[in-house]
Amino acid sequence: MHLSSDELVFWQYGFANLNLTIVTTWGLMLLMTAGAWLVTKNLNDDLHISRWQHVLEVTTLGIKAQIKEVGLSERQSRKYIAFIGTLFLFILVSNLLVIFPGYEPPTGSLSTTTALALCVFIAVPLFGIREQGLTGYLKSYMQPTIIMLPFNIISEISRTLALAIRLFGNVMSGGMIIAILLTITPLIFPLLLDVLHLLTGVVQAYIFSILATVYIAAATRGEGA
Amino acid sequence: MDSMTLIAIASIITAGLTMAIGGIGPAIGEGRAVASALSSLAQQPDSAPTITRTLFVGLAMIESIAIYCFVVSMILIFANPFWSQAAATAAGV
Repeated sequence: MHLSSDELVFWQYGFANLNLTIVTTWGLMLLMTAGAWLVTKNLNDDLHISRWQHVLEVTTLGIKAQIKEVGLSERQSRKYIAFIGTLFLFILVSNLLVIFPGYEPPTGSLSTTTALALCVFIAVPLFGIREQGLTGYLKSYMQPTIIMLPFNIISEISRTLALAIRLFGNVMSGGMIIAILLTITPLIFPLLLDVLHLLTGVVQAYIFSILATVYIAAATRGEGA
Repeated sequence: MDSMTLIAIASIITAGLTMAIGGIGPAIGEGRAVASALSSLAQQPDSAPTITRTLFVGLAMIESIAIYCFVVSMILIFANPFWSQAAATAAGV
């Protein structure tokens, strides 16, 4: 039994290696890019639109509504939907494809989730500086008083760690519980746990992106608001 | 007892204790969250979507505490760094 798909290495040259996680991630990226290209190839604004354009509109508008519900303005939610929506859709597709046998979700590997959390870790200050300027953003670390400065910095790091480990642990534990159950009660119970695992995957994708949205909203909010 | 046996005993017992003790807090927390969500659902059935969504997010946040414990115990069992180091030392001798 292995802990993550990182341990299955296809090709190695010194420091660099090519493992199952990287292969699956690139496969997913190709799949999603090709899908998005196929859907957006012939968009129209007629009364009758194609089936996949419906899917696209429902997804995009749904993500935007969720972002606005957190407290970002219309202009900001238009601006940040690219980042947040990409995170959400990538994690969602990666988690939902476990219905195919033999597929190992890349989100079940600590390196993928750390990379995603680092994206949030870097993006939040960038967005904050762009909205409020450098001094305005740095001042937000000294809220409410300057005594809170080290705690704010610690919270910035620990929440990135929590983001990464939460997603990794949930996806990895789902796969591992199914693997353990297969050896004990192979008939029905793994199926039920698989259904639960799909629900967990959707909820985790939602939580990851909604937390990223909350952090962005906190960083881009001005002092007065 | 050589050091490999000691490391194995300590790791296995700690992994079990991590799950056992670490499961208590999140279990109580999730129970309380679901209980209060149910009572607010009974009082205000109209706001069921909001309550359910917030409940799911909250449950996943609480559950992540238990997941941290699970990750630590899995590391202790399947990817124990001390065990690997002891094995490497034993192979070197």
